[in-house]
Amino acid sequence: MYLIPSLIMFGCGVYGFITRKNMIAILISLELMLNSVDINFVVFNRYLYPAQHDGMFFTLFAIAIAAAETAVAIAIIINVYRVVKNVDINQITKMKF
Amino acid sequence: MDYSQFLMMPQEIGLLLVFLLVFLYDTFMPSSTQKGLPLFATVVFGIFMILGFMPVSDGFAFGEMFESNKATWAMKNILNIGVFIVLLQSIKWANSDFVSVRRGEFYELILLTLFGMYLMISGRHFLIFVIGLETASLPLATLAAFEKRYYESHEAAAKYVLTAVFSSAIMLLGLSFVYGLTGTLYFSEIASSIVGDNSLLLIVALAFVISGVGYKLSLVPFHLWTADVYQGAPTMVTSYLSVISKGSAAFAFFVIMVQVFGAAYSHIWEWMLYAIIVITITVGNLFAIRQRNLKRFLAFSSISQAGYIMLGVIAANAVGMASMMYYILVYIFSNLAAFGVIAVIERQTGKVTTDDYNGLFKTNPWLAFVMMLAMFSLGGIPPFAGFFSKFFIFVGACSTGNVAVYALVLIALINTIISLYYYLLVVKAMFIRQDECVIPTLKSHWTEKAGLIICTMGIVLIGLISCFYTSLSDITAALNIFPG
Repeated sequence: MYLIPSLIMFGCGVYGFITRKNMIAILISLELMLNSVDINFVVFNRYLYPAQHDGMFFTLFAIAIAAAETAVAIAIIINVYRVVKNVDINQITKMKF
Repeated sequence: MDYSQFLMMPQEIGLLLVFLLVFLYDTFMPSSTQKGLPLFATVVFGIFMILGFMPVSDGFAFGEMFESNKATWAMKNILNIGVFIVLLQSIKWANSDFVSVRRGEFYELILLTLFGMYLMISGRHFLIFVIGLETASLPLATLAAFEKRYYESHEAAAKYVLTAVFSSAIMLLGLSFVYGLTGTLYFSEIASSIVGDNSLLLIVALAFVISGVGYKLSLVPFHLWTADVYQGAPTMVTSYLSVISKGSAAFAFFVIMVQVFGAAYSHIWEWMLYAIIVITITVGNLFAIRQRNLKRFLAFSSISQAGYIMLGVIAANAVGMASMMYYILVYIFSNLAAFGVIAVIERQTGKVTTDDYNGLFKTNPWLAFVMMLAMFSLGGIPPFAGFFSKFFIFVGACSTGNVAVYALVLIALINTIISLYYYLLVVKAMFIRQDECVIPTLKSHWTEKAGLIICTMGIVLIGLISCFYTSLSDITAALNIFPG
């Protein structure tokens, strides 16, 4: 039951990742995916295996990892913006095939 | 807490010490001595690499979250050799005008990613594995953006970081399903609780986990980042990405597939992997034929090589593991030789396409010779190590005795012949074709020469000296992680 919101969130994230043209929006979609996975872990832990806390700890670490990923991605996007004055992914397609 | 557990991880602690030394040198030494930092880092890492060959004790640490055994020890040493060659070849590049401001960061990030790969190899709990995977992949994105003056470097980094986070999210979703199914994240406990499990959730979880790790390995449906990132990133980072990152991911993939999901081998993931191998080898080869940029060309060649490495995983036994580790060792030497030559030529002339290499033999006979050896070894021509590694990996795949896997080996053999065509195109350009604007005679730095000499020795000798393969197969034969 509680898996439905997290899977909807994940689906929204995948959809946003594929359709969005702005790199910041893509990053937000990625965050949505990572956070939905966190919900998944917490739900499984709380309702199926309440005796241990594996899922909770995994979630804590996953949040930290997601924060690190955002920091690196933002830094790289800023770098791209400095070069092309734009964060549209259609502008960074010089290398193909 | 029992602090003696840290003695189980001597290589990790040694690597952290190397990292700290480099970091302190970078931070506190006066700027007049900063030019010596690359050499300092290489020498300290070389000492660490030699000390790493001391045998370690087998066992677990931290409540079985971390395992140290002969196989992880051997794999870490193989990676150390590769990293040492990369560091050696990057000294001159790191001291060049545009990079020298940030040269300390290059070495620190390389050492940190190596630490993450150690955790991937030794972790026996999915939390440790995920932390290791992210530690190994996030700093690589910043390394790909290292050449700030080139636009391509930024594009490569943006593509790499967005797809890397996407793939790790997919893999984490798969892991959450595994957790929901078994209630644990320990490798050993998952392995025992999925025996006889045939549920749809397990299949979905496995597909997600395979795609997450397959991204790191650049297997085919998940390979689209490879060529762009390899082309845009600085050549030193590309060589690091193509051998070290791929080798560690292959070993971790073997452990996950065989040790954790070994019970699901015959009815779930053998056929997933079968299909992936067939398209990986074929697509990698066919796209490599039409590449003119050598870095892109080697990217597609490394995709098809990853398919060959996966032949060891589909065998899922001790022979497969030994041949996979041997293949990675040989692949490190061959690919680093090719990238070393490309780096020398790119640093001094900026030329990276096949047509630029026309008539290279006339002006730079030694560089052309090393490149030829590397191409022969990658293509698998007999006296060189690449032939033996391909031979052993085919033997490993055939050792399952499964008729379908024989067919897979036949497909791989046919693809080896296709790959000879494009590898020999480079050799043909260097030795036979003529050009009026040929690359002038270059003078390479002694560190680059030393790196290329080590690679050449490896290519020529590792195949002929049989003790490498026999010691690896002795190590893996002693493990008891294999199903059936």
